[in-house]
Amino acid sequence: MGGPLDRRMILAEVKPAARPLSPHLQIYRWSWTMAMSIAHRVTGTGLYLGTVLIAAWLVAAASGPAAYDAAQAVAGSIIGLLVLFLYSFALLHHMVGGLRHFIWDMGHGFDPQTRTNLAKYSVFVSGGLTLLVWIAALALR
Amino acid sequence: MQSNSSMRTPLGRVRGLGSAKSGTGHFWLQRVTAVSNLILAIIFVFVVISLVGKPYPAAVATLGNPFIAILALLFILSACVHMRLGMQVVIEDYVHTEGLKILAVIANTFFAIAIGAASAFAVLKLSFGG
Repeated sequence: MGGPLDRRMILAEVKPAARPLSPHLQIYRWSWTMAMSIAHRVTGTGLYLGTVLIAAWLVAAASGPAAYDAAQAVAGSIIGLLVLFLYSFALLHHMVGGLRHFIWDMGHGFDPQTRTNLAKYSVFVSGGLTLLVWIAALALR
Repeated sequence: MQSNSSMRTPLGRVRGLGSAKSGTGHFWLQRVTAVSNLILAIIFVFVVISLVGKPYPAAVATLGNPFIAILALLFILSACVHMRLGMQVVIEDYVHTEGLKILAVIANTFFAIAIGAASAFAVLKLSFGG
């Protein structure tokens, strides 16, 4: 007697106490690794939603010159260029963040200084790569 | 031992595919597609840069090139699998209502397949010259 089910039934009769909840974002002091972990999720979600635009652009290209020119006009507008810039940064940030995760998956870079540096530099590396891509694109225009 | 109902040890219960019965399949496929995405995304950053400012016939010629089209199809597959797995984790982390969670996970699968199908169809049409 007294298996898991019996114990749960007894516990159910006890009034739930006001226990402290586990701490969430607003409790922790911000750190680079925490910020970049969140950024990895945010950029991943952004890339996910942005695939609608990429698919639409591909379908426009497959539909003919008129649809393609319309898609290019949207992409070349101020808002279009801003979205493209953010999308390219999200892609490169997620890519560099993924490389950081590969390093961690291999069991390296876990000491406090290294993990903070990996997270910190991923912003500068992905930001720098984004600027390089846009300089190359504008030079070829 | 935690429970008297089984002779099996906790280690024995999670060996093989583990208690979730799918093992590390999700995790591993996420990493494998991350590797393929890395390679293919670098290639397509250059492809997209080469398309900037090109008129329609030149853009179609680039996208319809067999070599680029095959890489595009691989990228579409790899990216759609990867984003489906990633979004599923996000849903499972933040949606706690069981019914809503299942609906969101199904919608996520539909979304990934729809994006993949539309993109793949477009690339094939450009390639075969429809």
